Amino acid sequence: MRTIRALLLARKCNGTNLDLRSPPSPMSLSVALFAVLATLIVVSALGVVLARNVIHMAVWLLFTLIGVSLLYFLLGAEFVGAAQLIVYVGGTLVLVVFGVMLTAQGPLRELRTRPTEMVIAGLLGTVLVGLLIAITLQISLPPPALSTHEPLPGTPQLGLSFLGVSETNPAGSVTGVPAGEAGPRTPVAYLLPFEIVSVHLLVVLIGAAYLARAKRRVKT
Amino acid sequence: MTELGLQPFLILSAFLFGCGVVCIATKRNAIGVLIGVELVLNASNLNLVAFARFNPAFRLDGQVFALMVIVLAAAEAAIALAIILNFYNNHATVDVDAANELKG
Repeated sequence: MRTIRALLLARKCNGTNLDLRSPPSPMSLSVALFAVLATLIVVSALGVVLARNVIHMAVWLLFTLIGVSLLYFLLGAEFVGAAQLIVYVGGTLVLVVFGVMLTAQGPLRELRTRPTEMVIAGLLGTVLVGLLIAITLQISLPPPALSTHEPLPGTPQLGLSFLGVSETNPAGSVTGVPAGEAGPRTPVAYLLPFEIVSVHLLVVLIGAAYLARAKRRVKT
Repeated sequence: MTELGLQPFLILSAFLFGCGVVCIATKRNAIGVLIGVELVLNASNLNLVAFARFNPAFRLDGQVFALMVIVLAAAEAAIALAIILNFYNNHATVDVDAANELKG
């Protein structure tokens, strides 16, 4: 965790040094907010991993979800942040807490993991995070010329593209292909995925209600 | 926003992903495994929204994909809790190590 914080700080310092137009303030507001939110998320994610009680895990998960939704607000994606707050914090987490209440009885609330398993999983997790961070530091980043100054498309554009009314994707070029071959993207609308997701949600909720219905246990 | 680049978000989401994977691997409570899956989905969502912010080609796509992941995560939590409740009704435990009927 300390190395990650150091890496984050190093990236921030690089960013501030490279930017010549802004006044040379050591910490801008967004960087400070990101630092606070990243600390909240890192601490509560570690709390989820290290907590033994299921209720404590759910509470740490609550703080992680709230921190991630505040990061969405910081990134300018207000609708996604609001949806995260409403659906995740208001729906999924309540569902998880109900599941805990229906299944947790005395000894089941704290199931101990064997120490060797914990050590092996911790080592593997550290290796995985190290690999991901190494790859992240190697990839070539997209040019920040256009994107950092224009706000993200807001809720009206999002809703119109979901309805398929207007094709609102801006004509940016696809990154990740060799230079010269990167043509402009075709503008697309998202009516079909929206319908598929809605029908999928309906089917899944009916199936869940069918699976979890009250049954009389068969006496053997 | 000019000072804050893409990479801090990617590193934070890599850390969240690692936490979720360790949570899935170590928890013996089935609901703990479900919470780990939620962490992994949040890490991917953070990546999507960060790319939508910093990559001009994906400004709408990232948000749309993140919204769909949120909805599908809600569906996945509902179905997983139904399965866990069924398992608890049949076995009177939520220990995932007890689910070994298919073991050869």
